[in-house]
Amino acid sequence: MNGTARFAGEQHRGPDLVELLALSAFGDHDAFRRLYLTVAGPVFGLVRRVLRDHAQSEEVTQEVMLEVWRTAARYRPERGEVMTWILTLAHRRAVDRVRSAQAATDRDRRAAAQAQATAYDDVAEQVEHRLEQEQVRRCLASLTELQRESVTLAYYRGHTYREAAEMLGAPLGTIKTRLRDGLIRLRDCLGVGS
Amino acid sequence: MTTTADLHTLTGAYAAHALPDPERTEFRRHLTRCPACTQEVRELRAALARLGAAQTTTAPPGIEARVMAGIGSVRQLRPRGPDPTDEGGVHQNRRRRLARSWPRFALAASVAAAIGLGGVAVDQHHDTQRAQQYSVQLQEQTAAFSHLLTAPDVRTSTATAGSGAGTVVWSHSRGQAGFLAAALPSLTEGKVYELWFDDAGAARPAGLLASSTGSVLLQGPVDGATGVGVTVEPTGGSLQPTSLPLLLLPLG
Repeated sequence: MNGTARFAGEQHRGPDLVELLALSAFGDHDAFRRLYLTVAGPVFGLVRRVLRDHAQSEEVTQEVMLEVWRTAARYRPERGEVMTWILTLAHRRAVDRVRSAQAATDRDRRAAAQAQATAYDDVAEQVEHRLEQEQVRRCLASLTELQRESVTLAYYRGHTYREAAEMLGAPLGTIKTRLRDGLIRLRDCLGVGS
Repeated sequence: MTTTADLHTLTGAYAAHALPDPERTEFRRHLTRCPACTQEVRELRAALARLGAAQTTTAPPGIEARVMAGIGSVRQLRPRGPDPTDEGGVHQNRRRRLARSWPRFALAASVAAAIGLGGVAVDQHHDTQRAQQYSVQLQEQTAAFSHLLTAPDVRTSTATAGSGAGTVVWSHSRGQAGFLAAALPSLTEGKVYELWFDDAGAARPAGLLASSTGSVLLQGPVDGATGVGVTVEPTGGSLQPTSLPLLLLPLG
C-alpha cells in the first residue's frame, strides 16, 4: 500500500496528498492519519539513511510529522509536490540532528572524517544496492564518480560541502560545482522539474 | 566577497542542505533576488526527494500512535508566513539540547497552598471562550479534568513561578494528572510551556500548554513518576527539555 514512493502516483493513484494536507491544515485528524500512512515510509527511510540510528530516526520522524501538522497551511502547491515538501523538511531535520551530534564531539571530528573517508566505498555500495527504485539507481549510476560521491555524502550522509571536499580531497569549488552538476543531471534523468 | 556567478553554483549545495550557516544565510538573501535560482532549487529538491523516497521502508508501528496523540496539543500555524522549507525562521532557532536527565526534581520547589478549585474552573471557562479554535478540545479536557477531580485519591501540589503559580492535580487510582497554570510568566512568540513527567530523573513528555493561564490534562500515565516539570519550549514542543525547568512539582 504505502510502500511505494513513486511520485507519479501522486497524480495517478493513491490518496491525493494535496487534498489530505489541505484537510490537515484545517485540523482534520483522519486526513492527517491517511497522509501519515502514505508518507511515513519514505520519511522514516530517508531519516534513517542519514542518521543510521533507529531510535533517533523514530524521534526525528515523529518531529517531522508534528512539523507537517503544524505547518500544513504553509504548503504552496505551485512550489512543488507534497512529497517533496515533506521529504525536504525531513532531510533538514535529519541533517540538523547529525550536525548537533557532530558539534558535541567536535574535537574528535578530524579523526572521524578520516575514518569516514576510508569507509566511504562501502557506503557508496550500500546506497546503490539498497535503492529501491531502479530509475533512481540508474540515474545515480549515470553521474561521474565525483558527482555521485558529492551528492551521496551531502544528501545521504548529511555532510556540508566543505566536509565532503575534505573527505574527497578535492577543492571546495570543485565540490560545489560537482554537487550542482550532479543534481542537474539527476533532475534531467529523473524527469522532474518543468 | 562571493560573486553572483559563484553564488549561483550554490543552488545544489543549498538544495541538499549542505551549506554551512554563514553561506546559507547569504545564499538565502541571494534567492530573494534570483528567480532563476529559486526555480532551480525547487527542481533540484524534487530530484533529491526522489533519492530520499528511494530509501522508503516500513516505519515502525509505534510512531503513528505517538504522532496522532501529539497533534492534539500542537497548535497549527496560519497560512500566512514563511514556508518552513525556506528556512526563513521556523528552523532558525536551533534547539540547544540539554542533558536528558534533570537533577532530581527537588524539592526546593516552594509548596504553597493549592489554588482553589473554583478559581480553576473560572480559568478554564475563560480559556474556552477566548480560544475558540480550542473550544472542543478544551471542553473535552474540562470533562476529563472534572472526572479526574472526582477521584477518591486526588491530590494537588503547587509551586510559584514569578508572580504566578502552577498546580498539578493527580490520582494514582486513575493514573492521570492534570496541570493548571495561573498567571505564569508570559510566553514570547514561538514558545509554549511543555510538561514533563519526572521518571526517576528522566523527563518524559506530557503535553503542551500554549498560554500562561489555563489547564491541560497530562498525556500519558502517571505510572511511577515522582514529579511533574514545566519548561519553555519552541512551539510544537520538544522531545527532551531544552531549557531548565520553570517549575518542579513533586508528586507526593
